[in-house]
Amino acid sequence: METLRLLNEHLQKGDVEEVRKLTEQVIAEKQDTKKILDDGLIAGMTLIGQKFKAHEIFLPDVLLAARAMYAGLDLLKPLLISEGIPMIGKVVIGTVQGDLHDIGKSLVAIMLKGAGFEVIDLGRDVAPEKFLDTAKETGADVIGMSALLTTTMPVMKKVIDMAKEQSVRNDFKIIVGGAPLSEEYANEIGADAYCFDGVNAVDCVKSFLGVG
Amino acid sequence: MRNLLDRIKGGEVLICDGAMGTMLMTEGLKAGECPERINIENPKILESIARRYFEAGADIIEANTFGGSPLKLAQYSLEDDTEKINKIAVEAVRRIVGSKAYVAASCGPCGRILKPYGDTDPEEIFLGFKRQIQALIDAGIDMICVETMTDLAEATLAIKAVKSVSPSTPVAVTMTFDLTPNGFFTIMGNSIKEAAAGLDDAGADIIGSNCGNGIENMIRIAEEFKKYTSLPVLIQSNAGLPELEDGQIVYPETPEFMAEGCKKLLEIGVGIIGGCCGTTPEHITAFATAVNDFSNSQIDS
Repeated sequence: METLRLLNEHLQKGDVEEVRKLTEQVIAEKQDTKKILDDGLIAGMTLIGQKFKAHEIFLPDVLLAARAMYAGLDLLKPLLISEGIPMIGKVVIGTVQGDLHDIGKSLVAIMLKGAGFEVIDLGRDVAPEKFLDTAKETGADVIGMSALLTTTMPVMKKVIDMAKEQSVRNDFKIIVGGAPLSEEYANEIGADAYCFDGVNAVDCVKSFLGVG
Repeated sequence: MRNLLDRIKGGEVLICDGAMGTMLMTEGLKAGECPERINIENPKILESIARRYFEAGADIIEANTFGGSPLKLAQYSLEDDTEKINKIAVEAVRRIVGSKAYVAASCGPCGRILKPYGDTDPEEIFLGFKRQIQALIDAGIDMICVETMTDLAEATLAIKAVKSVSPSTPVAVTMTFDLTPNGFFTIMGNSIKEAAAGLDDAGADIIGSNCGNGIENMIRIAEEFKKYTSLPVLIQSNAGLPELEDGQIVYPETPEFMAEGCKKLLEIGVGIIGGCCGTTPEHITAFATAVNDFSNSQIDS
């Protein structure tokens, strides 16, 4: 227990080396894999998300903590797979076509990964077909789209309309976010939810999937 | 034309122009297009925007070079055109204003995050800015506005790049702050106090804030800057934060509303007032009137 608490704390400090060492240690101690994930990595990253949201910490702290989380997660992944522990859901995420902004979308991806979701990050400038094809191929539960420009917001509608045309709209929940967006706009284009930040996106996806 | 810094130090308040990006959108800049591509494809648009701001009463007109660092242009595979893109933008403004207004170059963030938080070495960012700034100096700009910065370390690299190319060219640096329960901070965690000290140390001639806030928050930001610096302060406020109206993006703050705010900025002692996203030539006219009224009232009293 003590080691998991330390793991959580070092993750929050962004100490990659220490997180790697502690994760190796708890794996060697044969601690429950799910518990390492939940109480060590996810718990630490959730706190980071909340502190960032409350403006107690800033972007550099989140980026460092995320790197530490990935270091732990990489070690844990083979065990999660071999023990058949499912991730709690799969999300395909990206910034829409024509939009090169990356940071907001990456923050949401970090928070979702940190909450135990499998995240397929398509990056920026993602074509509508790419969102849908990837979601179909991977059997994703959720598609997340980000737009930081008022001029690229309409691409989100294009993806949703395309999903309807292909009769796959009900196969996924679709969430949207980005500075110029609003709940009103999300409703207007037929998205399932507008998420105003990473923590909110995690809550939202969890409620869709009936977890947490 | 008299030295810009001497004029400000002599008590004059200068007017900078308003938004470029949102103006380009009304001129047909499309979804996700590189705003600097217009420099190559249609420089007439740059002249028309410069003319409108000049006629509105701006003393300083910014060239369309915000994303003109090769690191940023590389996102659109335009890095090989760095020199051309920056040169055309400066020349377009110069054709309109001649020596009747200052031509300023805009230098925005390069779009990369510095190590250890991101993957980019300081040297790479410095050299990127240096290449852009060399092109701007060669094209004959009067000052450089390093703007919309959220990382003091990146802003410092930009200042150093200017000083390494042309130590005598005035550099203004503005950063973008968010209001948190603990006061104003950039997303990277720089406070106004820290920004003021760091930018001064790095050799900035003018410092302040642009973007991210409407005029009311900008008044608070200006007050705080004045507390921590003796350098001239530059404020370029958004016309509020964008709102959606019938599917269209609108910026809520009117020229009249913002001009009222300008009076407060003048009382605080801001040296240059301009606009950022959502401001138009009409806003700049209102700001210029506010500055004139203020100067006249100072003379009267």
